[in-house]
Amino acid sequence: MQTDPALKDFADQVREQIARTADTRALEALRVQLFGRRGKLTEWLKQLGKLPPQARRERGETLNHLRDELTAALQTRATALAQAELERRLAAERLDVTLPGRGESTGSLHPVSRTIRRIERLFGAMGFAAVAGPEIEDDWHNFEALNIPAWHPARAMQDTFYVLDGRRLLRTHTSPVQVRTMQRQAPPIRIICPGRVYRRDFDRTHSPMFHQVEGLYVAEDVSLADLKYDLQRFLSLFFEREVEAMFRPSYFPFVEPGADVHIRWGERWLEVLGCGVVHPNVLQAVGIDPQRYSGYAFGMGVERLAMLRYGVDDLRRFFDNDLRFLEQFV
Amino acid sequence: MRVPVTWLREWVNPPGSPTDWADKLTRGGVEAVACPLLPALPQRVVVGRITSIEPHPQVERLSVCNVDAGSDKRLTVVCGAPNVRVGLHAPLALPGARLPDARTIETTELGGVCSQGMLCSAAELGLAERSDGLLELALEARCGSSIVEHLQLDDWLLELELTPNRGDCASVLGVARELSALYGCRLTPATATPAAVGVSQTVEVGIDDPQTCPRYAGRALVRLSGGGTSPWWLRERLRRAGLRTIHPLVDVTNYVMLELGQPLHAFDLERLAPPISVRRAAAGERLQLLNEQQLVLTADDLLIADARAPLALAGVMGGSGSAVDSATTAIFLESACFDPVCVAGSGRRHHILSDARYRFERGVDPSLQRRALERASTLILQLCGGVAGPVSEAGSAPREALRIPLRQHQIERLLGTPIPSDQVASLLERLDIKLQTDDRGDWLASVPTHRYDLRIEADLVEEIGRLWGYERIAPRAYRPQLPPITVPETRRDPDTVCQRLAARGYREIVSYSFIDPQWGEWLAPGTPKIAVDNPIAETLAVMRPNLWPGLLGAWRYNRQRQTPRARLFELGIGFASGDDGLPREQQRLAALLAGSALPEQWGSARRAADLFDLKADIEATLAPLPANWHWRAEYHPALHPGRSARLYVGQSPCGWLGELHPQLAERLEVGAGVQLLDLDWQIVADVPVPRSVPLPEQPATRRDLALVVDEMVPAQALVETARQTGISFLREAFVFDAWRGDELEAGYKSIALGLIFQHLSRTLTDEEVDTAVAEITARLAALHRADLRRV
Repeated sequence: MQTDPALKDFADQVREQIARTADTRALEALRVQLFGRRGKLTEWLKQLGKLPPQARRERGETLNHLRDELTAALQTRATALAQAELERRLAAERLDVTLPGRGESTGSLHPVSRTIRRIERLFGAMGFAAVAGPEIEDDWHNFEALNIPAWHPARAMQDTFYVLDGRRLLRTHTSPVQVRTMQRQAPPIRIICPGRVYRRDFDRTHSPMFHQVEGLYVAEDVSLADLKYDLQRFLSLFFEREVEAMFRPSYFPFVEPGADVHIRWGERWLEVLGCGVVHPNVLQAVGIDPQRYSGYAFGMGVERLAMLRYGVDDLRRFFDNDLRFLEQFV
Repeated sequence: MRVPVTWLREWVNPPGSPTDWADKLTRGGVEAVACPLLPALPQRVVVGRITSIEPHPQVERLSVCNVDAGSDKRLTVVCGAPNVRVGLHAPLALPGARLPDARTIETTELGGVCSQGMLCSAAELGLAERSDGLLELALEARCGSSIVEHLQLDDWLLELELTPNRGDCASVLGVARELSALYGCRLTPATATPAAVGVSQTVEVGIDDPQTCPRYAGRALVRLSGGGTSPWWLRERLRRAGLRTIHPLVDVTNYVMLELGQPLHAFDLERLAPPISVRRAAAGERLQLLNEQQLVLTADDLLIADARAPLALAGVMGGSGSAVDSATTAIFLESACFDPVCVAGSGRRHHILSDARYRFERGVDPSLQRRALERASTLILQLCGGVAGPVSEAGSAPREALRIPLRQHQIERLLGTPIPSDQVASLLERLDIKLQTDDRGDWLASVPTHRYDLRIEADLVEEIGRLWGYERIAPRAYRPQLPPITVPETRRDPDTVCQRLAARGYREIVSYSFIDPQWGEWLAPGTPKIAVDNPIAETLAVMRPNLWPGLLGAWRYNRQRQTPRARLFELGIGFASGDDGLPREQQRLAALLAGSALPEQWGSARRAADLFDLKADIEATLAPLPANWHWRAEYHPALHPGRSARLYVGQSPCGWLGELHPQLAERLEVGAGVQLLDLDWQIVADVPVPRSVPLPEQPATRRDLALVVDEMVPAQALVETARQTGISFLREAFVFDAWRGDELEAGYKSIALGLIFQHLSRTLTDEEVDTAVAEITARLAALHRADLRRV
């Protein structure tokens, strides 16, 4: 096939032009120049009809070929240019991703409620239901039913706040919730009672208000050995390590035998819990037959456990609500 | 309770050091700590005797003493003590001596005289805070013997923290008994030698109320030498046990109380008009106590009285009218047993703490009175001369040992471990508890009278357990006899709400339940409050009616520490007094917003937090909200009158939201623009179980209405009107813009409503939607004079 040298020059020139085009708009203009209604190639193709058949066929073939080739070249170039333009635009849209995020930051739960929640979950897994009760109590539920009659020297252990001219008091422990539960429900009973308690004491190691979790298990033949098993398990779960615990005989009017639980903390033994086998007088007071049922009870100070767990050195921190303290418990 | 170890060793002598004893006691249930009497023992301090005295050649107030230091050693010692005299035995620090405070003594020259050591006072030996003279030693002290041995300075003190049940340990004898039980070692048997009766003078005694005073014993001791001080050994023992020295007669009663645990009282016999009776007080009767306290008695108080007047509050404290003093030469010495309940009642009623009350309210051995009386009489006759009269006694014979049934299976049932029966018997034997077997094979335990606390079988089980050792009771894995715990899905979990609030930037606080009454008045003026009868401080004297005082207090605390903003919440009880005068407790949720809406940050304009921020947070947190949850503009005295909303669920009001009243903000020093919320948790305590419905397949159409209305028309009313127009295919109506501005007539605002139309089963036509919008617009115009905005 004979190639028209002029056509060849033209083709070379266009190829070069395509390669030189810097943006998609110029490229579009070039396309129109070639293939538009008055485009060069369009013109040439229109003029084919004026040629003799043989020449027409040959030239037609050449022109079609050229058209396809240039169309493809334009397309390739267009894609490349679009890509480059996109890249330029994206580069210009670059953000300093090291700038901090916007919006609200996170808050936190108070270490005391965080600790109560952990205790509830751990005991929950051991089958204890969490029960709540009133914070303003009467003498019977807070003392009498718990084998602490009015004259008992143990009352001095828990200096009491009174309200309503002595007709009511601020509960000194959450044990009245146990009493109320035992009055309401027949054994087996397996509960913990978390909540606020109040004692008239205020210094570095005493707060007039603090939190306790008390526990109670009443069923047939519940013993000190069961209590040791559950508390040992709880303490190890709470501190997430094997905790060495020591049970020492102690006295609380509502248990007999009674014990204090101390855990090894470095070189020292720290008291963390009071506990014991429920006193038969307590069972009798709520109408449970102590010959048929026995139970164990325990009580722990939430702040005390939180202090050990989180390394808090001053009890008063819990009630200052200093945000610098609270934000440590995110 | 403090017990010197040297005193204890007179009764019991277990192996090991005092620290070991303390540990053993503690593990046995009697918390004890041992500490040495002196931080360091004096070295090279001996007994010296002043053989001659010459005045100091240069210094007037000094004497030059020749001191016998034993083994033919004679030393010259310069001394300035006022009680220096020939023949006096006193501690002598030899050259090279080291005193407990680490001071060393050498030969020194004092005003030209060479002093070969120092004569010491009690203070210099670490035995007193201060002294004003040489420590006078007993005449029989051997010169040159070590002062450490002579004064038993190598002593330890056991500090005991007694639980209320262990009154039996409130004496040297009691602690000795406990040690003997814990170690299984021998206790020195009691020797009760009666004091010789040298005079027939009797003092008649009688008991009117045998319930409260089972036993009363006493006797006259006459022709005593008045005044003087107790000998050093007695004073020192009292001191080591933590008691002050007062008067030889009182010192002896204290000494015997410490030794045996029986409180005694000495009355000045000259001031009594026998017979002595133990009786209930007449209401209104008066008595002045030893400590000058004036009592007005009640019929529940038990008295010791004579023919004329009350003498003492039984078991608590003596009266001043019959007290012994330095002129006393004859006494009536009382040794009695009083009912714990009665003594505790009087002590509590009149706010009197005393060693006697401490012991009586814990229970004093009812068989101890005679023995203690004889012991004290003997000591008094020894120290003060005189003669004793015969003992008068009233009341029943000493109580028999209590017998408590004990069953082998109960021991295992309560301790959870079997303890062999021979072990049980031998453990109880150590406590002087004897077992008898009945015909059914069960035991009957005879409990000694000093163990006031052992009443029932469980008490004995504890004794067995603690002597056996709690550490030997193995934890027992078991399966709880219980159904699984169920928590209904319809109960809103407070933890979830707290977590959601925390996720929205809120910090949980815990504040006191008692607040400043002034704050209570300011923040909840209408609520009848519950005052604390005996508050710990004036500012903590009322139970909080809602949780705002705590939140505002916390915000103030942090604001004073340069905190620019805060989002706080608390979940807790609010207290009020009900119509019946009884307390009402309500679980409440409260929150506070102060400072900017967002933390300081780039790329967003700073805006102060407002009511709507808090509203959004609380509604998102408590979603799904109860049906009929809505807010009404209402007035709350603590809130900004134009920025307060009351929460309703249905027709019941259940909380408040608003900006703290600017005046209050100033008074409380919390800054302006504090947003507050407080609501009754009960109202959100239940949540519905989600119910899934089919999703609409048809496209939705949205139309917006820009309305101009009077400022007083609540936006909520426009939304409700749109909803209530009765267009069945109106899916949603909501406010998407609200503004006030100059383009609007004064007193008007613009509210933009978004309306979403969607039919469940077919596509809506434009005509249908247009008709609906026109209907809604007309209704809004009719009910609220709302104009479609034309700008």
